Amino acid sequence: MSLDLGVFCKNTLDGEVVEHCFSALFGLAHNSDPSYLDWLMKAWVWTLSVAGLSLTIALILGLLMGTLRTLPSSSALNKFLIWLSTSWVELFRNIPILVQVFIWYHVIPAFVLPLKALPSYCLVSIALGFFTSARIAEQVRAGIQALPSGQTAAATALGLTTAQSYRYVILPMALRIVIPPLTSESMNVVKNSSVAFAVSVPELTLFAMQAQEETSKGVEIYLAVTLLYALSAFAVNRIMNQIEKRSRVPGFIVSTDASLAH
Amino acid sequence: MKSKKWARGYLVAATLLMGALNAHSASQTLDKIKSTGAVTMGVRESSIPMSYTTGDSRFDGYHVEVCRMILVDIKDKLGLSTLRINYQPVTSQNRVPLVQNGTVDIECGSTTNNANRAKDVGFANTLYIEEVRIAVKANSGINSISQLANKKVATTTGTTSVQLLRKHEKANGVNFDEVFGKDHADSFLLLESGRADAFVMDGSILAGNIANSKNPKDYKIVGEVLATEPIAIMVPKNDPEFKAAVNAAIAKIVANGNMPKLWDKWFLKPIPPKNIVVGLELSPATKNAWANLNDKPAEDYVKK
Repeated sequence: MSLDLGVFCKNTLDGEVVEHCFSALFGLAHNSDPSYLDWLMKAWVWTLSVAGLSLTIALILGLLMGTLRTLPSSSALNKFLIWLSTSWVELFRNIPILVQVFIWYHVIPAFVLPLKALPSYCLVSIALGFFTSARIAEQVRAGIQALPSGQTAAATALGLTTAQSYRYVILPMALRIVIPPLTSESMNVVKNSSVAFAVSVPELTLFAMQAQEETSKGVEIYLAVTLLYALSAFAVNRIMNQIEKRSRVPGFIVSTDASLAH
Repeated sequence: MKSKKWARGYLVAATLLMGALNAHSASQTLDKIKSTGAVTMGVRESSIPMSYTTGDSRFDGYHVEVCRMILVDIKDKLGLSTLRINYQPVTSQNRVPLVQNGTVDIECGSTTNNANRAKDVGFANTLYIEEVRIAVKANSGINSISQLANKKVATTTGTTSVQLLRKHEKANGVNFDEVFGKDHADSFLLLESGRADAFVMDGSILAGNIANSKNPKDYKIVGEVLATEPIAIMVPKNDPEFKAAVNAAIAKIVANGNMPKLWDKWFLKPIPPKNIVVGLELSPATKNAWANLNDKPAEDYVKK
């Protein structure tokens, strides 16, 4: 089996080889008709946009819901918030992601009319963001509950309110603990963004399906798409790794010092 | 040590035997059908009325019925008393690979015969000429492709219509947004729910989807014919004997005057399971294909 990578330099109209195959990538030249490489790059941008938007939604909501789940059930309001966040997590992690995407795209806009005006990539980002937020919420809760109970007691003893003790004592430590699972969750968002093809977002998976049909070069197309997915997920991994290193407080809960590992 | 040598001897013998068998049999597909008494037919789930499911994993349609007639003819030719037909649903994405690797012996769906696909698979003589048209909502006021400027146009991923639309866009300077449905039912849903203003696809598929919708009167097929494409039955490549057998059967069906009856049955009369009427008149192009049986690819139709 030999690879014919020349397919990426062909234009998408009649399969002729374009003039500027690679230079068009860096904005140095402009093809009169887009090549498959140009289209691949555009699809990649769509994948990254959907993943980025979903991750933003997921992190904000996941942090919020995970924190709410650990509130002390001291007042009626707190009890309601715990119930709300528990329901949120159970609802969004018990339904398959593809089904959620269809619900957000086809079902909910039929009842909530303003949502119809939203482009499909926004709706799919909401679906993916909510789905992932349920998973992140559980990780945040695990991080908070991993802290010794003395921390909360000490914060209360200092006269901090519940909100203040979360803000200054609990969350700064808990979030450092959960960075490793958050890394894999962020990478998952990149990979899960492939469900967006089902609601006609022109991202990498849709590109692969359409381009391999037009060119009959399925192997080359899927290899390129696989490479870009792997590259994107790995880039997220490296970024999270940097965040983990930068935010580390020496000797604080998690130590990566080899001499301390037993 | 001795047993190893023995094993090697058997291996050599087996290889030689297989080589001899291969040399003897010209058609792998016919041999397989004869030895197993079964054949695998590739069918579509929702290509109404060409090839679709009528529920309970039963399949029917214009091409499916033609294929069943072809297989009866092949059964008689091979001297088999019975021939079991296994139906294998295929999609736009997997139909070519499945015929290529032999999972599907004969694909009776709605596949365009074009030069690109002909590199991987063979096509039987064309019995249906498809015209690519535009479906819109009846109250939209759209009557031609020029009115689609800045509108959302739906089409199905993995079909030739996408490329066609792109070419048309470029040639006429009409700029519109493409939205992709993952299958025909999905594309039609885009039109139905107002997410797209038009659905560009093969005329029979448009007619079938409209006939199947909640309110068929709400939609109409309008505008110029965007392209003419031969839709053909797909067979494995490099098996000329099987292709010849299929073509001989097709010639027999046409000579017996069955085609107008089949057209009437599938395109003009109510069809199962919901007794809908597709309502697509027999086009001169299709009539011409019956009169002059050929397996020309779509590219040859463009030049005309």
